[in-house]
Amino acid sequence: MSPNTRGGAFIMALYLIFLMLPIYWLVNMSLKTNFEINTTVSLWPQAITFEHYIKIFTDSSWYSGYINSLTYVVLNTIISISLALPAAYAFSRYSFVGDKHLFFWLLSNRMAPPAVFALPFFNLYSAIGLFDTPWAVALAHCLFNVPLAVWILEGFMSGVPREIDETAAIDGYSFPRFFVKIFMPLIASGIGVAAFFCFMFSWVELLLARTLTATNAKPIAVTMTRTVSAAGMDWGLLAAAGVLTIIPGALVIWFVRNYIAKGFALGRV
Amino acid sequence: MDKPVNNRAWWLVAPVFAIVAFSAIIPIMTVVNYSVQDTFGNNQFFWNGLGWFQELLDPSTELGGRFFDALWRNLLFSGIILAIQVPLGILVALSMPRDGWRVAATLVLMALPLLIPWNVVGTIWQVFARADIGLLGYGLNALGIPYNYTGDTLSAWITIVVMDVWHWTSLVALLCYAGLKSIPDAYYQAARIDGASRWAVFTTIQLPKMKRVLLIAVLLRFMDSFMIYTEPFVLTGGGPGNATTFLSIDLVKLALGQFDLGKAAAMSLVYNLIVLALCWVFYTVMTHSGSERPEQGSAA
Repeated sequence: MSPNTRGGAFIMALYLIFLMLPIYWLVNMSLKTNFEINTTVSLWPQAITFEHYIKIFTDSSWYSGYINSLTYVVLNTIISISLALPAAYAFSRYSFVGDKHLFFWLLSNRMAPPAVFALPFFNLYSAIGLFDTPWAVALAHCLFNVPLAVWILEGFMSGVPREIDETAAIDGYSFPRFFVKIFMPLIASGIGVAAFFCFMFSWVELLLARTLTATNAKPIAVTMTRTVSAAGMDWGLLAAAGVLTIIPGALVIWFVRNYIAKGFALGRV
Repeated sequence: MDKPVNNRAWWLVAPVFAIVAFSAIIPIMTVVNYSVQDTFGNNQFFWNGLGWFQELLDPSTELGGRFFDALWRNLLFSGIILAIQVPLGILVALSMPRDGWRVAATLVLMALPLLIPWNVVGTIWQVFARADIGLLGYGLNALGIPYNYTGDTLSAWITIVVMDVWHWTSLVALLCYAGLKSIPDAYYQAARIDGASRWAVFTTIQLPKMKRVLLIAVLLRFMDSFMIYTEPFVLTGGGPGNATTFLSIDLVKLALGQFDLGKAAAMSLVYNLIVLALCWVFYTVMTHSGSERPEQGSAA
């Protein structure tokens, strides 16, 4: 690709140090005792302790937060991708009445501020009895993830030549069989990228997840706010919980690392 | 476009339409309903017409003043964010290693901040920037630079801007990197033969190729910074005073904090309309620049 300058490696090193420094500090804090955090500022723990991690893994009110978060994230990803696949196909292959307006309207929902929807969602999901379940959050996150999935998948599908559809039809494939057997494998990387983005945006969102849950489906992000107690902030525990929320994201990135750049361009380069 | 007209394609779009309509239209109708009513509590509402909107759009009232303050603050924030992140993102993308294991390692490290829950981003920077326990806050104060993001407006703004740069510059960089990767090597060889300078290669080959992804980057970064909530909420709670109270923070304070449903609903609608209008402008520019170059949209 680009003719790299000699300064490139230097700039990149500086940038990566800037990115890693705050994360390093968080990990550092999570391995210190609260006494050490509050009394000294040191670049590494003087006495490494795993007490905060042990507490999270043994206290069900802590680890259930992770389970709740992952539940609604996975539900949301499945719903978003399965609904977006046929829609993206329609947008990439046909023109129909109102398609441009519909596409813009979908896109505009990706851009709508969640703060606007917090209160009406609370009313809506309370009224239909889904409040405080993972389904409420999974459905609420569809507001921005479904349009995003349609957008990404449409970009990837437009790259598949239309002749393939026609050939399959001549060969006697029914549309559903063609779609599952031939078309989906062709855009497998696009589906992976779209799933990655749905996972990402559902995993990082807090405002709606917090508004739509109380006790049973409480996400980890909300559990973390409990570290404020009468005795002051439990910084070590907060840092350990933070480190653990980074890990699922890091794993997912590792799996899609070869598609990341393409995916971030939403399949449109 | 030469796509065949087929209105039965609506059946394929119907499920998406249904779920997004359920998630968008019903709530918005609730908001419209609240925005024209007032309440004395006890679930008793009465008609207030356009009263809330008049109050909201008049900067001399308390509500209007508060709204316009938050709006300007948010526009200033989005402007600063774009002015830093777009050039920095391009620079980082140009500095990507060319091949080998270093590319994968760099990509993974770069993408890491994007996958951290937004409240944890706030927590990371809280822990990092606090003057008593944080490396940054403690270090700056030890160097004799007065820095306290909970008490000083300038410190709070700098912290939030740096936090956002930390959080999102990689998105711009990854988008630009994807654009750069799509440039055939032949272009560079031709430039070398012509003896083009580094700057000429950038302005005539790389920048035009990145135009489309840069538009997506600007759109996403502008919209997301315009609705930023969680990170500054965790870090500063909108303070000191109201110095970092952006639109979404103000709206949530009004709606869920004070339960001023009528005012909050009117503000929601105006806020949403601003977003919709800006989104339309970006979308028009994007589709327009796409139609100039018919080879675009070819992926995979």
